[in-house]
Amino acid sequence: MPRSIQLPLSPETIKTLKAGDEVLLNGYVYTARDQAHFRFVKAISEKKVPALIKGQTVYYAGPTPACPGKVIGSCGPTTSSRMDFFTPHLLKAGLKGMIGKGSRSADVKRAIKKYKAVYFITIAGAGAYLSGKIIEARPVMYKDLGAEAVYRLKLKDFPAIVGIDSNGKEI
Amino acid sequence: MRNIGSDKISSAVAELSMEANFTLRRDILTALRRAWASEKAGKAKKVLGILVENAAIARRSKTAICQDTGMAEVFIDIGQRVAVTGGGLEDAVNEGIRRGYKKGYLRKSVVSDPLVRKNTNDNTPAVIHTRIVPGDKIKITVMPKGFGSENKTRIRMFNPTQGASDIAGFVVEAVRKAAADACPPYIIGVGIGGTIDKACILAKEALLRPVNRRNRKAHIASLEKKLKKGLNALKIGPMGFGGGATCLAVNIESFPTHIAGLPVCVSISCHATRSATKTI
Repeated sequence: MPRSIQLPLSPETIKTLKAGDEVLLNGYVYTARDQAHFRFVKAISEKKVPALIKGQTVYYAGPTPACPGKVIGSCGPTTSSRMDFFTPHLLKAGLKGMIGKGSRSADVKRAIKKYKAVYFITIAGAGAYLSGKIIEARPVMYKDLGAEAVYRLKLKDFPAIVGIDSNGKEI
Repeated sequence: MRNIGSDKISSAVAELSMEANFTLRRDILTALRRAWASEKAGKAKKVLGILVENAAIARRSKTAICQDTGMAEVFIDIGQRVAVTGGGLEDAVNEGIRRGYKKGYLRKSVVSDPLVRKNTNDNTPAVIHTRIVPGDKIKITVMPKGFGSENKTRIRMFNPTQGASDIAGFVVEAVRKAAADACPPYIIGVGIGGTIDKACILAKEALLRPVNRRNRKAHIASLEKKLKKGLNALKIGPMGFGGGATCLAVNIESFPTHIAGLPVCVSISCHATRSATKTI
């Protein structure tokens, strides 16, 4: 049975998560794709770490717009490896969790282990299904990016699997 | 001549954009169900079950199957006895994309310039492929192409003395490198021959063919079957969880080529390979 995990991740929870564990994520995450990562890292390099990174979890996703009466549209994961170049900088700045699809680079794995974080994978290409596991959505940053803006999402029993744990072990 | 109003084309394109994004192709849904049924219990089977459920939710609630509702590729066969009235054909197609992506609450994923990268906010322009054919009808196919899989496309110019086994090795390598990044089980479209631009269009046209229908040429059909078996032996599976379903089909299209070359394009497409067609 999958285990329910509360977000943001506490250091104690991170320690207990092992590669291959099935989990249900509950709580807040922030969507961030290519352009948001680019801007995050630029901000970090200017010593202006975005507040929403520290201790938080990002979800590599760009949802479709919500129909009237819905919280959000289709919202599955995008390919994580495109964020690989930026991820170690974010982890150094305090990011603790990532949700996406596919494998990560050796650098990312090393950084996950060094900074004690977790990479989750979720069901790729099941955006309509995952939409039902999101109970709140609000754009909070970089709204000019449209589909790529940073949204704050509240997850309820959002299914995921630990892809890389804090020991750097991969599924 | 038969006159067809440009607005009729816009309406058809708008409708097809939504249909393709909400309703998974019947051939693909059937293949996914079969893959689920033949998978042993475990993570891979669970994911396949969710993908089937995802398709049902999408159709019922008119929510996009996948949030990447793609850059729209539009294939148009225009009968040579048709005159388009009331406006330009390409404008009519783009107007249809604009309407469909707005009305269907589909994601606007197109940027106006590949380097400046400013979102056009209406998912236009579409990539349009037109052919003039005999007759007095217009056949329109909308294929929203997601870029998680588009990014895994591979092309190679082989030597003319190379052949099927070299191409097979290249396809297997392309899928091995894509691993689980592009949402397996995949539909693999392969274009062989022509010039490289022709090979790329052939690979895309191959994705439009139902996954349960093999190429009419026996030697190509045999390569399709052999490759499907070879790819499924990679055991990547849905989300990389292994099992027997790395690809649902390998569809190959071919075209005559030059004595000095053998162009090949491998288009990797996800389990949510989408397209919808209408004839006016």
